[in-house]
This record gives sequence, C-alpha cells and structure tokens, in this order.
Amino acid sequence: MPGHHTRGLRQRGLNGWRSIERVFDSAFGSAGNPLRHLGTLGFLALWLLVLSGVLLYTVFDTSVQGAWQSVERLAHWPLGTGRLLRGLHRYSADLLLVVVFLHILREWLHGHARGARRFHWLTGVPLLVFCFISAIGGFWLAWDQLSQYSAVSTAEWLDGLPLLASPLARNFLSDAAVSDRMFSLFIFVHVGVPLLLLFGLWFHIQRLAHVSVLPPRRLALGTVAVLALLALGRPILSAPPAALDHLPATLKLDWLLLWLHPLTDATSRGFTLGLAGAGLLLLLALPFLPQPARAAVAEVDPDHCSGCTYCFADCPYAAITMVPFPGRETTHLLAEVDADLCVGCGICAGSCPSSTPFRRLEPLRTGIDMPQLPVQALRTQLRSQLSRLTAKEPLVMFSCCHGADSTRLEASDTSRLDLLCAGQLPPSFIEYALRHGAAGVLVATCREGGCEFRLGERWTSERLQRRREPQLRAQAALARIRQVQAGPGEENVLDKALQGLRLHVQSLSTNARMSADDFTH
Amino acid sequence: MTSPTDAPLPQSRRSGPTGPLQWFGQFLLYGLFALTIGVFTQWPAYHPIAADEAVIKVSVARLGEPVGECRRLSEEELAKLPPNMRDPIQCPRERSPLSMAVVLDGKSVLERVAQPGGVSRDGAAAIYERVVVPVGEHRITVRFTNDVRPGARAYEHESTVSLTPGQVLVIDFDPERGGIVLL
Repeated sequence: MPGHHTRGLRQRGLNGWRSIERVFDSAFGSAGNPLRHLGTLGFLALWLLVLSGVLLYTVFDTSVQGAWQSVERLAHWPLGTGRLLRGLHRYSADLLLVVVFLHILREWLHGHARGARRFHWLTGVPLLVFCFISAIGGFWLAWDQLSQYSAVSTAEWLDGLPLLASPLARNFLSDAAVSDRMFSLFIFVHVGVPLLLLFGLWFHIQRLAHVSVLPPRRLALGTVAVLALLALGRPILSAPPAALDHLPATLKLDWLLLWLHPLTDATSRGFTLGLAGAGLLLLLALPFLPQPARAAVAEVDPDHCSGCTYCFADCPYAAITMVPFPGRETTHLLAEVDADLCVGCGICAGSCPSSTPFRRLEPLRTGIDMPQLPVQALRTQLRSQLSRLTAKEPLVMFSCCHGADSTRLEASDTSRLDLLCAGQLPPSFIEYALRHGAAGVLVATCREGGCEFRLGERWTSERLQRRREPQLRAQAALARIRQVQAGPGEENVLDKALQGLRLHVQSLSTNARMSADDFTH
Repeated sequence: MTSPTDAPLPQSRRSGPTGPLQWFGQFLLYGLFALTIGVFTQWPAYHPIAADEAVIKVSVARLGEPVGECRRLSEEELAKLPPNMRDPIQCPRERSPLSMAVVLDGKSVLERVAQPGGVSRDGAAAIYERVVVPVGEHRITVRFTNDVRPGARAYEHESTVSLTPGQVLVIDFDPERGGIVLL
C-alpha cells in the first residue's frame, strides 16, 4: 500500500515542518513568517534577478574575448556598487532555488499535490527545471574557470542523452572552438529560459484569486537587506579567465546551484541523469498516486442566489464565475461553480448573504452551499447543542477543522461546531448563537497566513471586523465575541483563549449584576 | 465612548514581532539564512582534479567509411528495378563504426567502439571520453579505425607527451591534418 506509506511519511514530515514553522512564528509573527510566504519570496528573488540582470546586461560584453573582463570590471566599480549588483544577482538565484525547494516540500507535506490543486502542482514542477537551467546558464556568462567547468560539465552531462549526433562537449575542446555565436547561445539560455519561467509562473498562479507577487513589506525589506549585506560582505568575484586547455585544480563552487556537477563527478553521468529524471517523474506522478476522495464541491441554488458576487470575490481559487441568470432578460447574475477548480473549502457559503440562520425557511437553504456541511446542518447542530448546554453561561466555539484540534478541549460549558474552514462561517451565525442563549462566542481560525485554503482566516477576520461583506452586524455584542488564531498543535492557545472568554463573560455578568444592584439601591 | 460598530474585535494573537526577544529571534534567523547562503555558495572548495593529475580527452565525431565496396549492377539487375531507381552503381548504406584505443606507457587506458547513428546505421558516430592520468612524461600510442573493409587503413600515432598539472590533452581525428592529432 504505497499510498499509506506516503501518507505516514508525509504526516511525520508535516509535524516536523509545523514545529519549525512555530519557531519562525515566534520571531516573525505568523503574518510575516517566511515559511508561510515561500511562493512570494520566490517572486521577490525573481524580481531581484530581473532587475539586477537587466542592469548587468547593460555593461556585459557579449563576446568570448570581452565577457570575462566586463564582469571582472564590476569588482572595481566605486563604492562597491558593482559587487552589490553582482552579489545581489547571484544570491537572489540562491534564494530562489532554496525557496522553490522549500515551497515544493511544504505544498507536498500539506497534501496540496492532489485534487483541484493538482493543476498548480503540475504547472509548478517544470518551473523548478527552468530555475535550474537559468541558474546554471548564468554561471557560463562570466567565462572564468568556474564558467568553464560548469559549461563543460553540463555539456558532458547532456551528452548522456541521445539527443545529438555530435557530442555537445566537442564545442569546448579548445579555446578556438568557443565562438561568439556560442556566447549568443549562452545568453539565450540565461535570458530566454527565465522568460519561459515567467510565462510558466503565469500558468502556475492563473487559477488563484487575490495572488500576491511580493511578500509582506517587512519580510521583503529584511530579505533584500540580508542579500545586500551578503553581496558586500562576501562578494562574488571572478576566478581567472577560462582556458580550455587547462582544468583548474580548485574552484569556489556554489554548492546550492551547481551541486549536480560534483555529484556527477563523484558518481557517474548515468546516475545523475537517472536521479534527475526519476526525481522529475516522481514529482509529476505524485498527484496521481492513490489518495483520499476529493471533497464535495460547492453547489449553487439558483432560487436563493441573489447574484451579489460576494462568493465570486471571496473564492481563493477562482472557482466561481458570475453568469447571466438563465431565462431572465435582466442584469440578474447567477454564481456558477467550476467543479475542477473548487477545493471544497466552503468560503463561498460563508460569504453568501442568504446563509443566515435567522431566515425562517425550513430547511434552511442558501445561494451557495457545501453538500458535506450545509448551513441547514450547521444551524441544526447549533440549536441542538445550545439546547443541551446546562451551564449558566454557555459558550459556543466555531472552529476550523484544519486549525488547532478543538476536540481535545475539556469544556462542558462549550458547544463546539467544526467548520470546513473558518471562512465557511457566515457572521450571522455568531449573532444567532448569542441571541439563542450563548454567553460568548469564540471563532477559532488557523494562524494568520496559515489558512489551508489561503484566505479563509483573512476573510473571517475582515468580516468580523466589519471590513468585508457579509459583515458581523452592529447589533452583535462584540464584547462577547473573541477570535483566536491557533494552528494545528496549538491546542493550548485555543484553551487559553476559551478560558479568557469564559472569564471575560463572567466579568461582564458580574458587572451587569452590580449595575442592577446599584440601580435597585 | 466607542460604539460597538467601531470597537475592534479582540484578537488573541499578535500579528508581528513586538518585543526585543522577537527582534533578536528575527536577527538570529536572518543571520542563519545569511550564513547558510554565504557559506555554501563558496565553500568548501571543490577540486575537479588532483594537483598531480592531467586529463586526456578523446573526442572524435564523424561519418565512418561504408561497410562494403560499391559495385556496378548488371543490365538484368537494372531492368528489375523501377525506372526511377536505376542507378548503375550501388553502394552499401551502412557506415563503419569508429574505433579508438589509447595506450599510455604500454598500458591500455581506453578502448572504445562507437556505432554509427540512425536506424540504417548510416549516421555519424562519436566518441568522447575523459581519462585522468598522472602528470609527467608519457609515451602515448593512439590507434584509430573508421573502416571495417578488409585491408582498410588503420591510423596510429605514437609520441611522447609531457603533461603538466591540470593540462587537458585533446586527441582528435582530422584527415586533413594527417589523421590522429594531439591538441
């Protein structure tokens, strides 16, 4: 059962990843945690590469004879500006590869290689290849001893594939064999492939809504500052010029980008070709391995869809489009769900103004709903649990099933309702709970930036803070509502928040009693 | 007085670093990142070849000679062919493999036969090999054939070479320059 083994391994890895993530959370805060912004950090690295690359290209001599000198001259620019530029370019490439690897690892650990997100996975894997080609191709342009070693090693490695009748490596037999035309090819590799990378990135994020292409400002500034300090403190300098009749005995190798060459030297061309091919095939095969059935997708009820577009605006995966209402000659719109794109998070149900439990409709229906946990079931559960609670001041907790495990909490005065995602909660349910006997309501979301469905925690916060529709109504007693952000493994945070709410609600009651006593006296 | 509408919803979590400990933590983690990148982009030094070694690169890429002789077809044979295919001289399409052997100081260091490419074996064949050898003076013998027909010429080159540390000696075959060449 390979699927079970994979899941077990993945779960252990995920637990480890979350432990590391919590360490970063404690320093950066969850919203600024770089491990939650690996994709946008990759974009930042790419923008830095493009910017520094364009500037470097303006001073780069694209001939065999002039290339080394034009790059070497950078080291002598005043105030270290040349070193800064070259260092930023190289270290950004290192950053890009590191965050791309971590991004792939994180998404796999979270099980994002499958289901509706298979598209993002499959369009992301080729980008890793493009990153490597672009990065390795960049080394050749300086045409120093490291460039020579990398270019010859790459050519010899590619000759292992039955692609060309004449070995590529024959182009590097002597200095005379390397022409300016060969340099044009190098430049094509280093400029053309990144263009393919950009194009591929567009595909990669095309099916996402509200995409950020830069990390939070503080994280971006911190990262750029570190790269700039590295560029100046540990500058990237050229080795002596390439000489193909001589193999250098010592090289300052960039192990993060060029590890394939020494690995091939230590093993064999066949081994590393097999390793690269198998690794690539494995990544591409992961979405097709046996996996749990896909979550049910959202369903639109045309009789209850007002065409308000809130679900369209909130869906993190652009799975909803607004279409003209069939058979009506008005501007009335109807939501339409693309089942291939829907991940079954329920954020759309939470955004639907019709998802209010105050409606007298039986059974309760709404414009867009989740078959596995419809608003009717949510209302029934809430009513039933509230009626069973005997505590003087009962509490209600709405919790995301991907966040901290609320089932571990021992709280006889609390009714607990699990949601597919915190974003599935229509704010009117909070008011409904308070009006039907709850003394306080706790809304438990994942940590900021850590939502399983990207935006559920963010939309929930904004709805509760009345910055996003559908808002928590002004009539709701804010003093009795708390929001807590607690990721998996942070049950203590949840417990503490619940205890805090309990004490707060008790103090409110005490104050109310004291005010009543004052009035009586 | 704050109205319920304006009042912020209490959150149990901060969103960013607030205390000196958090700032120190950030400093530490950024430092760790810088250290990782800074170190592994230039260290440890890599030695593609030992200080007392040189490289011999054997590289040939060319069409071998046809595997057999051309022959003239008889009138009867020609008559059996369609009119558009009646070429009186018929040559075998298949090419000979390339064969290269290198002997250094009397010891064989490379023997390689490369088959011609293509389904009909009528394409070019290529040999590209690297041999790491100790530096110093060596007696080198190179044998090369590109023709399997009986009595065909076998090329041979013998000379003494003095290899310096890191030197790359290229062995190629160029009939215009006399056959086997050492670059």
